[in-house]
Amino acid sequence: MNLEGFLAQLLAVAAALAGAPLLSGWVNQCRAWLQNRRAPPITMPFRTLHKLFWKESVIAHDASPIFRITPYIVFGCMLLACLIIPTLSTNLPLAPAADAIALVGLFGGARLFISLAAMDIGTSFGTLGARREMLVGFLAEPAFLMVVFTASLISSSTSLATTVSTLGHREFAILPSLAFAGLAFTMVSLAENARVPVDNPATHLELTMIHEALILEYSGRHLALIEWAASLKLFAYSCAGFAIFFPWGIAEASDSVAFLWALPALAAKLAVGGFALALIETILAKMRIFRVPEFLATAFLLGVLAILVHLLLGA
Amino acid sequence: MGPLPELLAIDGIMIVVAAWFAIGLVGIAALHDFRLVGRVLFPLSAVLSIAISGLALYALPGAPQTAVLAIGLPDLPFHLRLDALSAFFLALLGLASAGISVFAGGYFRQGEGTPPGLLCLHYHLFLAAMAMVMLADDAYAFMVTWEVMALSSYFLVTTNHRIAEIRRAGFLYILVAHVGAIAILLCFGVLQANTGDYTFANMRAQSLSPFWASCAFLLALFGFGAKAGLLPLHVWLPEAHPAAPSPVSALMSGVMLKTAIYGLVRVNFDLLGSPLWWWGVVALVVGLATALFGVVFAAAQVDMKRLLAYSSIENIGLIVVGLGLAIVFAAYRMHSLAALALVASLYHCLNHALFKSLLFLGTGSVLHATQERNLGKLGGLMRYMPWVAWTSLVGVIASAGLPPSNGFVSEWLLLQGFLFTGELPNPYLRMLVPVFAAGVVLVAALAGYVMVKFFGVIFLGRPREEKLASAHDAGGLERLGLLWLTAGCVLLGLFPVAVIEVIDPITYALVGRGLAQSGRAGDWLLLAPVSAERASYSPLLFLVVIATVVLLAFVLVRRFYHGRVRRAAPWDCGFPMQTARMQDTAEGFGQPIRQIFEPFYLMKRELPSPFDAAPRYKVTVEDPLWGWVYLRIAAVTEALSRWVGMLQRGRISIYLLYSFLTLVTLLLFTQA
Amino acid sequence: MSPLTGQILNLFASVLLLIAFAMLAQRRIVTLINLFAIQGLALVGSTVTVAWATGQRHLYYSAGITLVLKVVILPFILHRLIRRLNVKWDIETLINIPTMMLVGIVLVVFAFNLALPISQFSQSIARGTLGIALACVLMSFLMMITRSKAVPQVIGFLAMENGLFFAATSATYGMPMVVELGIALDVLVGMIILGVFMFQIREQFDSLDIHHLEKLKED
Repeated sequence: MNLEGFLAQLLAVAAALAGAPLLSGWVNQCRAWLQNRRAPPITMPFRTLHKLFWKESVIAHDASPIFRITPYIVFGCMLLACLIIPTLSTNLPLAPAADAIALVGLFGGARLFISLAAMDIGTSFGTLGARREMLVGFLAEPAFLMVVFTASLISSSTSLATTVSTLGHREFAILPSLAFAGLAFTMVSLAENARVPVDNPATHLELTMIHEALILEYSGRHLALIEWAASLKLFAYSCAGFAIFFPWGIAEASDSVAFLWALPALAAKLAVGGFALALIETILAKMRIFRVPEFLATAFLLGVLAILVHLLLGA
Repeated sequence: MGPLPELLAIDGIMIVVAAWFAIGLVGIAALHDFRLVGRVLFPLSAVLSIAISGLALYALPGAPQTAVLAIGLPDLPFHLRLDALSAFFLALLGLASAGISVFAGGYFRQGEGTPPGLLCLHYHLFLAAMAMVMLADDAYAFMVTWEVMALSSYFLVTTNHRIAEIRRAGFLYILVAHVGAIAILLCFGVLQANTGDYTFANMRAQSLSPFWASCAFLLALFGFGAKAGLLPLHVWLPEAHPAAPSPVSALMSGVMLKTAIYGLVRVNFDLLGSPLWWWGVVALVVGLATALFGVVFAAAQVDMKRLLAYSSIENIGLIVVGLGLAIVFAAYRMHSLAALALVASLYHCLNHALFKSLLFLGTGSVLHATQERNLGKLGGLMRYMPWVAWTSLVGVIASAGLPPSNGFVSEWLLLQGFLFTGELPNPYLRMLVPVFAAGVVLVAALAGYVMVKFFGVIFLGRPREEKLASAHDAGGLERLGLLWLTAGCVLLGLFPVAVIEVIDPITYALVGRGLAQSGRAGDWLLLAPVSAERASYSPLLFLVVIATVVLLAFVLVRRFYHGRVRRAAPWDCGFPMQTARMQDTAEGFGQPIRQIFEPFYLMKRELPSPFDAAPRYKVTVEDPLWGWVYLRIAAVTEALSRWVGMLQRGRISIYLLYSFLTLVTLLLFTQA
Repeated sequence: MSPLTGQILNLFASVLLLIAFAMLAQRRIVTLINLFAIQGLALVGSTVTVAWATGQRHLYYSAGITLVLKVVILPFILHRLIRRLNVKWDIETLINIPTMMLVGIVLVVFAFNLALPISQFSQSIARGTLGIALACVLMSFLMMITRSKAVPQVIGFLAMENGLFFAATSATYGMPMVVELGIALDVLVGMIILGVFMFQIREQFDSLDIHHLEKLKED
């Protein structure tokens, strides 16, 4: 581990912690523009977090220690995810700690804890949310893994750093398998980050919530940590998508010049990605909960198809 | 006086087995003495378990050791052999049974139908028989010890024999076990290839034609699959495991199923030699079907022990999938990849032994404390039983296959093995195997769902019944057993490279390559089975980073803001009459899975009509294979028996006629 | 014969495969017709690419005919037919959709391996695509078998013909013009006959559900 790698890792942490709420703010702004409303400033999520941290945390009488630990654990998992994914550079000393499959497992672990915390309160909302979250998760996780498999078959590795190097360096080619995998990945990201058409992040009707139902009981600093973790998750998914499908701009191990360009490149990609997300959310309507398994099954099938196309056509 | 004979590890193991037998006999002597059996005998047996695993681990890297025991028939002594594969499974037996025996010491308190001394005898006979199965080096010793294992476990399953349902479960268990044993016997018969010598050494030396080798493989898959719980011979598992007392369920699920896997590996990789590729495909298909079936049914269960039983079926399916993959690779001479798949399977055996035993023991404590097995009557037990809850949480994380637990490591290795199938020469296989990988991934995700249901409904939320407030936590010995298994899970998850270095001599012996042998398993921190660029995973770093972030967040938030907490009632949306029964039931939590996978189940619904004064809703989920396969076979058997029964007429002249006809036929026969 | 052309053809082949799967899973008949139109477009695109890459003029004419017939005329006729017959939905299939998907995947693998020895001898630039074309044919056949209304069965028949056309373009640089025109005429006539047939069924049984045809057996 050299100094460059250490610096890159620190910069990745800072970029993730600062960039994630900014990304959420940007998506909200784009959505407001598309819906012809005035948007809150882009730094609004930071102010929300600050406000929440100052508030008192109210916990139910029956809550067990799992309820109190979960926000910290989920925050830790999401931050680790952002540290593993090559956002700015592939020279990350922590990157060998987990490959793409472990990344999927990491998200699964966070999902398990937050579902357990939701069941902890003992009201019907929590268990409803937990059940729905696990339903979305159990279909989204295999679809994500199929995307990972496709990428790893093309780059002969499941390590994200190696994938970025391989895919970033090959000459431009239209790879239908990557196109299908990209489509599948977009559908999975929408589902996992609780976005329209799977879940409405701004809803407050209990019967339509998935993600909101899980965190209904949280308040104060716990809620702040969970909100931050949710925006970190969106950030992590976006960066993972860029790493696999648009790896240009990520600095390689011994490329200091490229490192200077990495941050603006990431910002540009996130800006475009955020706008695209806002566009998708505005155009599509939220699906019935019973249609969500079909949506995710389509994503899963697209992933399997991507692998098949790669094996059949070699592309 | 000549030099004293050197005490080999195999002799040590035989001494331990004899000591277990002796403990069982002492138990008979003290038939009704709880305290002696619980406080002395079971912990003593746990110490012996640790001894046996220590001896086995010591002998694993070394050369195979043989011994001949003079018991048995005059010309057929028991041949015993301790090689790397036996040593691994013996270590598995020792590690798991240590925790289970300590727990059992604290668990068996009041009378459960069988007096404790008799229970002690059966238990230790069971342990001794399983150890001898691993050591057996000829078919005769193998079958005798296999039978003793089946019989002693039957008596253990029917401990509470006063309940009719338990007797029925025991009968089903022994029936399927014997059907399997016949298949195994036939398999050995095929393997000895007409030479009359039933030792394994002879079977290894034989080279069978592909037809007979395939027969042997299919018979072994059927026979050992009956004991392991592969489809469609799994029906005894969901009945027997809940019927048995919890430490016995843990032992059966954790260790006995692995003896079947041991048998499969032994026959396939050791005795049969070079496999054919389609055997691997058969194993893959059967394994995946079993895994999917198990997990889908586990999601629909309302009895906590049945849920765990179906989850065991799922894990056995995954292990067989790994074995199938290894066979496919070995058939195409891709030995290092076969080693990878085999390591994944064996690692999963060890992991499952530990985490499933942990979960079963947890349910045992819950059952003791609440007398309830039904998930719909439990809830909120974390407040009253913290030890059980926290150790079960470790088991749940491991069972769901999440990093950094041990369950994830074996799953990760298996998926890495699947990613290499693009190099197979057969184009059909190359394209179909990713579809199998998709199935494995789906099973893993569903396992997470099942475990959230299990832990959330039992331990979290609010108690669904008032009597749960009097639940007490596990006792001292029980805590010790749970802690031992938890520590095992954690260590296996954090130090995978060390475990792989232990498993390596086995794969080296069976397929000719090992992972660590070529220096490619990575250093102690990082698991990189092929190369670090290809894939790497470091569970220790994982845990350290997450723990650091959690700690930092905790400290920083309190430093910059505050750490105040206020307790209040939960959000009820303005509806003041929230009761604990308004939480999700176990059926409710499993409803999405039931809806998606409806063709798998046989569901019977009782729906109320709009005019019912006291409406009731009931749904039972049953196993469709029971009706398709077993009831049909039972009907055919009954028809045949009725037909044969026509021979019994009741009149003496008919019986005299039978004797007369037999005499005349024999005379004709000798004349010809 | 640049690699870029090969990649574009692979892209069109993958799109065709995706559309074949989408047709298997689709329940709304209107979407089915639109998918069929897009399939025609993909076919036109791939024919034009092959024509441009190999310089064979008659393929341009082929593409033109395909465009007019399969992207404009046939979907238009089908849309009108649907509105006249008042069928918009086809809720039930004989086998449920996930099973069909699985069978579809197995068919793709099977078709590809079947085509492997042939495509090894082909000299055209799009060798792998023969397997995909065969898979599209088989999957359209599957779609015809498992649907319970008449209109999706007709669309399946048309999709089969699309698959055959793609196979011809990719493996042998198109068919002779005469054969081409003959097939196009056949398809058009077939469509007209099927349309008349469907009206007759509708009049006889008041519904397009093919289960009613079973009443015609001798009992």
